[in-house]
Amino acid sequence: MNTFVEWVSQPWPWYVAGPIIGLMVPLHLILLNRTFGVSSSFRHMCAAVVPSKLEFLNYDWKKEGWNLLFVVGILGGAWLAATVFSSDAPIALSDAAVARMNAFGLEDLSGQHPQELFSWDALAGWRTWLFILGGGFLVGFGTRYAGGCTSGHAIMGLSHFQMPSFVAVLGFFTGGLLMSWLILPLLLS
Amino acid sequence: MKNALGLILGLLFGLILVKAEVLSWFRIQEMFAFQSFHMYGIIGSAVGVGALSVFLIRRMKVKSLEGNVITLQDKAPRYKSAYLGGTLFGLGWAMTGACPGPMYALVGSGTTVMLLAVLAGVLGVYVYAALRDKLPH
Repeated sequence: MNTFVEWVSQPWPWYVAGPIIGLMVPLHLILLNRTFGVSSSFRHMCAAVVPSKLEFLNYDWKKEGWNLLFVVGILGGAWLAATVFSSDAPIALSDAAVARMNAFGLEDLSGQHPQELFSWDALAGWRTWLFILGGGFLVGFGTRYAGGCTSGHAIMGLSHFQMPSFVAVLGFFTGGLLMSWLILPLLLS
Repeated sequence: MKNALGLILGLLFGLILVKAEVLSWFRIQEMFAFQSFHMYGIIGSAVGVGALSVFLIRRMKVKSLEGNVITLQDKAPRYKSAYLGGTLFGLGWAMTGACPGPMYALVGSGTTVMLLAVLAGVLGVYVYAALRDKLPH
């Protein structure tokens, strides 16, 4: 049992994690008769919580309750990963990435993300508001406008060769590269 | 039954997102700077396994648990919204360092401040719903 816990607790290499994530596609299709996609949950929560006459939010979200339970599962699985299967190993960033982060003034690379940006305490600074609320807003707005996120478009959509998904992934990288190369350096300077 | 299965798949997915460091802001920056193969390996091999699965499901006319032969609908051919919405999402992905799955995984693994990102995301959906008719698709 202990060896099992230790084995799961190690950081997983890409060639283990990637194929299991890929299995989400057939598991969704076969077990749930649904396509794999996480960002729809934002829409279901919005439809469930916000009273609105807007057409886009008027549908029977309860039929997609499984998707919200999938989200509850993510919360639980992540909690297990951080407790039962926790690991002290720092993220094995490449040397080039470490140098770039240090150049941004980020010295503490021991966690999953910079503590000075992503914590409740960090809300004292304007950058955290912008990164968390501004970024979160763009993720919610952008995924609904595009019709999917990394799971629905990049993994599910590309798995059955959907042209709109290919275009969406080009968009993901247009935005990501713009932020990473042009805007982020300004925001962190 | 469907809810229970959704929950179990979510547990597995959440565990992977943390253990493979997909939820790490550092990993996402490293990806967009092309400084490591890690994230490309994960997404690429996931698509490979997904595509092979879809091929086999179609070829063998596999049925779902509900008993119907699995069919996949084509995505609506809306290319403007796919690109523009995708770009907005990409900006947000590189800022928060998290797409929707990892956002939930961050909350679950103890970075509870990311609940605010989820709330902002829900607000984003509402604003999209309100502006939908005026946006190019």
